[in-house]
Amino acid sequence: MSLKLGVPSKGRLMEKTFDWFARRGVTLARTGSEREYAGAIEGVEGMELVLLSAGEIPRELAAGRIHLGVTGTDLVQEKLPLWEQQLQELEPLGFGHADLILAVPQCWIDVDTLDDLDAVAASFRLQHGHRLRIATKYHRLVREFLTEAGVADYQLVDSQGATEGTVKNETAEMVADITSTGETLRANHLKLLSDGLVLQSQATLWRSRTAQYSSEERAALKALTGLIDG
Amino acid sequence: MLRPDFTVPVVQMHMREGAEPARYTYAGEVFRRQEQDPDRSSEYLQVGYEVFDRTDPAGADAEVFALIALQLRGLPLRAATGDIGILMAAVEGLNTTTKRKSALMRHIWRPRRFRSLLDRYAGRSTIPESRLKLLSSEGVLTGSATVLGKRSEAEINARVDLLRADAAAPPIAENEILALEALMAVRETVPFALEQMRDIAVDLPAITPALDRLDARVAALKSRGVDIDTLDFEASYGRTSMEYYDGFVFGFYAEARPDLPPIASGGRYDALTRQLGQGAEIPAVGGVLRPDLMLMLEEGQS
Repeated sequence: MSLKLGVPSKGRLMEKTFDWFARRGVTLARTGSEREYAGAIEGVEGMELVLLSAGEIPRELAAGRIHLGVTGTDLVQEKLPLWEQQLQELEPLGFGHADLILAVPQCWIDVDTLDDLDAVAASFRLQHGHRLRIATKYHRLVREFLTEAGVADYQLVDSQGATEGTVKNETAEMVADITSTGETLRANHLKLLSDGLVLQSQATLWRSRTAQYSSEERAALKALTGLIDG
Repeated sequence: MLRPDFTVPVVQMHMREGAEPARYTYAGEVFRRQEQDPDRSSEYLQVGYEVFDRTDPAGADAEVFALIALQLRGLPLRAATGDIGILMAAVEGLNTTTKRKSALMRHIWRPRRFRSLLDRYAGRSTIPESRLKLLSSEGVLTGSATVLGKRSEAEINARVDLLRADAAAPPIAENEILALEALMAVRETVPFALEQMRDIAVDLPAITPALDRLDARVAALKSRGVDIDTLDFEASYGRTSMEYYDGFVFGFYAEARPDLPPIASGGRYDALTRQLGQGAEIPAVGGVLRPDLMLMLEEGQS
């Protein structure tokens, strides 16, 4: 068997990953048609390319179905409990930067910190009879962050897309979302909390601790890490 | 909804149709979401005992503790005890605004936030630039920002008024803050803990009735044969994990297995009966056991 590397199957993340490996003498390429999710690797003996959705890569790594994978820190930490036990971080790739942040309406002139958020959540609940709603798709990360900070009286509502719009639609009071420039936030009349940075994420190369490694696969891994470190 | 414990449904049932006084025991599955550690079970058996009795709270506390301890005899466990009521009395007795006291009270169970509130009210934390700017303004602020979302302009303005009022209130006195900090740090065997807290009560006289209740509980525990001189008391015990308790709290821990949750735990929850009773209330205390963990420890011993 060969050492399996999982890479996002489309878009800029795939292209940048291909470029990153190319600069280190490893050529990744799709085989066959544009629609086929298989690929080839040249430069290291005994490796195989698997194209996957970036969101599935953490789970495939944790299950040991792939040995290596490229995906964001945010997805790994959101999707895998105790991720350090299942994955090893080999190398941050220096692209795909995104911050997971907390944002509230700009009109909340009295809210700038988590301290304020907590106080407002308490009075909001009294006033409206339900907890202050935070729209997000990063449930685990946001809950851990707010628990650690001691913020109470909020609830997370699931939003898988167009999260910034939920405040205007009054399906949430604020959002926790990924942003790279903050433009979408401003366009939706939202602002960052000054101490509300939940996580700084970037595309990263991970190694599965749960996968089985044959001697050939071990050799391939050694060759690859040699190229990366060199 | 899957029940996370039995206490709330038992209280609801009792408030609806229970006679007085009442003692309940039960066994059944409870369900917990285990996000942090998937190795902990999300479903497990709990055996519990709850006492609703107005006549002798100290006696009822001791009854529950002694009964739970009896079930655990022979297992290598350490008992931890505390009393959330003492902390609550300390906060209630501070010489400061009602707003500040209720904010502190709300966060008794979240030590980090409690700490940062206390620092702020003591005038020890630096005020963020954004807050100074807001406080230096006057009147109703009609910002340029589009108002959106369910939180109204009136709510925002009301909070700005509150912040201005709070900025005008004097800081909590140094001796009170130090006494409260000393109280939270008390961690001793019961007789020494009581002695230390009696000293602290000189600066925080409001905790004296709560200490008298602890005295009565200690006497009741003694008369049930509990060895008070070796029993641990931590004033901050239960602050992070036992949100509805508001008096006596206790837990039994496997010393050799710090990875395990408490093998048994319990406490007094008078306020919960007030919350669920819609006007009615009854003093209540209870405890639960984890038979699965007891069995595991027992097998490990043989």
